[in-house]
Amino acid sequence: MARQISYQQAINEALRQEMERDPTVLVMGEDNAGGEGSPGERDAWGGVLGVTKGLYPQFPDRVLDTPISESGFIGAAIGAAAAGMRPVAELMFVDFMGVCFDQIFNQAAKFKYMFGGKAQTPVVIRTMVGAGLRAAGQHSQMLVNVFTHIPGLKVVCPATPYDAKGLLIQSIRDNDPVIFCEHKMLYGLQGDVPEESYAIPFGEASVVREGKDMTIVTFGRMVHLSTEAATELAKAGIQCEVIDLRTTSPLDEDTVLESVGKTGRVVIVDESNPRCSIATDISSLIAQKAFGDLRAPIEMVTAPHTPVPFADSLEDLYIPSPAKIQAAVRRVVDYR
Amino acid sequence: MSDVHAVTVPKWGLSMDKGTVTVWHKQPGDPVRKGEDLLDVESDKIASVVECPADGILRRHVAALGDVLPVGALLGIIANADVPDAKIDVLVAEFQANFKPIEAAADGGPKPQVIQVGGKRVRYLALGEGADTLLLIHGFGGDLNTWLFNQEPLAQSRTVYAVDLPGHGESDKRLDTGSLDEYAACVTGFMDAAGVRAAHLIGHSMGAAVALRIAVDAPARVRSLTLVCPAGLGAEINIDYLRGFAAANSRNQLKPLLAQLFADQGLVNRQLIDDVLKYKRLEGVTEALNKTIAAQFEGGRQRTLLRDVLDLVPTQVIWGAEDRIIPPQPVESLSGAAPVHRLAGVGHMAHMEAPTEVNRLIASFIAGVR
Amino acid sequence: MTQLSQAQLLQAYRTMRTIREFEERVHTEFATGGIPGFVHLYAGEEASATGVCMQLRDDDYIASTHRGHGHCIAKGVDPVEMMAEIYGKVTGSCRGKGGSMHIADLSKGMMGANGIVGGGGPLICGAALAAKYKKKGGVGVCFFGDGASNQGTIFEALNLAAVWNLPAVFVAENNGYAESTSSTWSVACDNIADRASAFGMPGVIVDGFDFFAVHEAAAEAVRRAREGGGPTLVEVKFTRYFGHFEGDAQTYRGANEVQKLRQEKDCLLRFRNRVTSSGEVPAAELDAIDKDVLALIDRAVAQAKADPKPAAADLLTDVYVSYS
Repeated sequence: MARQISYQQAINEALRQEMERDPTVLVMGEDNAGGEGSPGERDAWGGVLGVTKGLYPQFPDRVLDTPISESGFIGAAIGAAAAGMRPVAELMFVDFMGVCFDQIFNQAAKFKYMFGGKAQTPVVIRTMVGAGLRAAGQHSQMLVNVFTHIPGLKVVCPATPYDAKGLLIQSIRDNDPVIFCEHKMLYGLQGDVPEESYAIPFGEASVVREGKDMTIVTFGRMVHLSTEAATELAKAGIQCEVIDLRTTSPLDEDTVLESVGKTGRVVIVDESNPRCSIATDISSLIAQKAFGDLRAPIEMVTAPHTPVPFADSLEDLYIPSPAKIQAAVRRVVDYR
Repeated sequence: MSDVHAVTVPKWGLSMDKGTVTVWHKQPGDPVRKGEDLLDVESDKIASVVECPADGILRRHVAALGDVLPVGALLGIIANADVPDAKIDVLVAEFQANFKPIEAAADGGPKPQVIQVGGKRVRYLALGEGADTLLLIHGFGGDLNTWLFNQEPLAQSRTVYAVDLPGHGESDKRLDTGSLDEYAACVTGFMDAAGVRAAHLIGHSMGAAVALRIAVDAPARVRSLTLVCPAGLGAEINIDYLRGFAAANSRNQLKPLLAQLFADQGLVNRQLIDDVLKYKRLEGVTEALNKTIAAQFEGGRQRTLLRDVLDLVPTQVIWGAEDRIIPPQPVESLSGAAPVHRLAGVGHMAHMEAPTEVNRLIASFIAGVR
Repeated sequence: MTQLSQAQLLQAYRTMRTIREFEERVHTEFATGGIPGFVHLYAGEEASATGVCMQLRDDDYIASTHRGHGHCIAKGVDPVEMMAEIYGKVTGSCRGKGGSMHIADLSKGMMGANGIVGGGGPLICGAALAAKYKKKGGVGVCFFGDGASNQGTIFEALNLAAVWNLPAVFVAENNGYAESTSSTWSVACDNIADRASAFGMPGVIVDGFDFFAVHEAAAEAVRRAREGGGPTLVEVKFTRYFGHFEGDAQTYRGANEVQKLRQEKDCLLRFRNRVTSSGEVPAAELDAIDKDVLALIDRAVAQAKADPKPAAADLLTDVYVSYS
């Protein structure tokens, strides 16, 4: 696996390979090609950050620009899925879910159940999550926990280019509605990615780093900050096991609990706000199912209970840092 | 001093630059024999065992458990009982004072390359230069990295190629039938494309059967055969392993399967399992493996028996005594002209579990072929 | 004016009668306390569902509202299964998991009644979009009410359907009341159909008490969609006889308003009068259908009452196709 491409290119490649393989796969979203109806270039943007660039020229009838009406086109993607297509719709920023959430959580998520099993909605909603771009309160949230809460949805958060491609291919092939969360700070991250197509199953966490002293459970961009912290801590003789959840629904409980059984100490790192989050969800799971293995209370490293601030000095305080993660690990290690 | 031996961190693979000491199998004062397991070292890509370089007494642990040291760093000292401690102290001090970690090549050294064979891509790695040309052929589900401990040492004075068979590694995953003929044709096609007229073939497991097939079809191209834990000689094969490997799609499914490959379970680490899982998930792999099983292993037994070929070219066989995939054939059932070696304490991956010994057997056998 | 054959006339009458008797019966049964949850009845509106759905094939899709029983029956969903679903039985269209507001049958192109006002608009854009790729001339029809006509989702769906030139028909069923408020107050313009031009499509107003008028307008709109001419907004003006939900005393309506409409405008009466006086259909045939339908509804109710509820294990099934 010597070829290196970026997280963004890996997503583009997954879309392209699945569209080549399956004629029912559609791509739609605001500016997913760009230039619709305009006098200049078609495929002018290829997505606001260029993730879907190049798809329109190759599949001009299957890459659709949309007006700015999330309820309309996210709902259309969902309806088209129920009617037999496999749309990949883009909710440009997860923060916009407020204007289309009904279609996602009351329609797509519930068709299979409410219709007695007699429907399926194989839609993928790709969306950008996360802070760090100084995009402020309405363009920087995670909200992964909100989707995870809804029965009927699957929620995927790749942290690496390899995972992004394999999980997106799996998402497109999956027959349930999938929310595919792309962290906007990771688009430029390079990694080894096979040229061939491959699919990574859901509900399989990745043990990014093995260690016997501490379990760090995390997902998304925080995987990289946790690994950075773990490298520093290793120099001080504290060996941290870093678990990347990869999918929050379904959740790989076994890998988390097995690790806690080995280390007895847990820090959960989650970029979201702290109330009712993935961090609290994992904490509860561990407290319920691995209580006897714990040698110290569980710690969470999260954002504060605030919107994402604009000023770079404040945003840098908002986002968990390797230093904060290290401090949390040390507190758990030192607990008596 | 020839009676004092320094044990140092080995270089496994092109990109390794440091290793962690994870287990000492011998304590200071223990007598040791050459080739015995001395300690386990883990790099970020592989965990394996460092073998004893000589007979003697293990006199010193220079490295402790958990130490992370660069390639070439001092791990321990083996010497005879009559060498005084003071002398060992001096040697250790001198070594440490003069030791400079070898800079890993800025670009990681020679890289595998890709060549077209019959319209399909084949990945291979070429190392070294010498009078003798070797071609290493991996087995079912493996790739050229299986020769991690063998290719570089053998390439010190020889030209050594290692290929990814079709359906494997980074070669094209498409197979027509998965038969031995197809595999053999691809390998000879590779030799043509790479300009290799003839070579000493070293094959492992199914790769050995491929080498045997080539020897039958084109003996002029095969200078000698070294068959490591070979398929193709007897009918017995652990078909459950093959089918399980082809079907596995999770870490939990793969771990017990991969454990069957080795006598030393400690060699099955997370990195190995992850690498195999990534390979298994590539498009076309499961199909290729299933075709291969159907074509070559009907009814749970090996389909093609090439035992009769053993007299065509100089051949040696190396078994691991604890091989749970292909049980070692009784020595007597093979022609007396083929040297057969049975390595104790070693499983199906003999070339990985006892690389020093296997490399030595290959080198000396080739040298004897004139 | 398209001439309908006798067979078509009989089919239309049967459909409307089935809807009427189904809803009247649910009304009486609900009052006894035997039906769980909420029901929203379509009695009085039969001409709309029937006139529109007669233009459609099984592979055309419709999206419906919380007041969906009429759309279901007109689209070919089995009334016996529907009744069982309303009673929450495992033999129901949705195995008892959806109830009155979520009856669906995708094999008949029925994308479901919908508990979210305006929820069906975007979904039908999706079905119509899929129809374009399937290339079989399929269409999507969205039924929505005067209440929903003010929802953002409907505006978005209308615009999207026009911008993408989708084979869609939007049927605004204006029964005069959105829950308890009058549509003349809640809709800012005079007619919902007046909004059509704002969204780049033709708008048509139809007397919803007149099956033939609905049938005519629907035929044109569906034909236009099938031929790639894009979407149409059809406003059907009529009334509902029962409350917004069962239990609504309808005190917001005029004294005797419903009674008068039943006597003077009822779509079934009008249909019967027209086809019998023109001689197209003998009265006896219509009487026979009436009898047939009553027997069907009796059977449906008896079966629904007797059938078992879902098993405890059904609570956890069908959340996902597979949870992995």
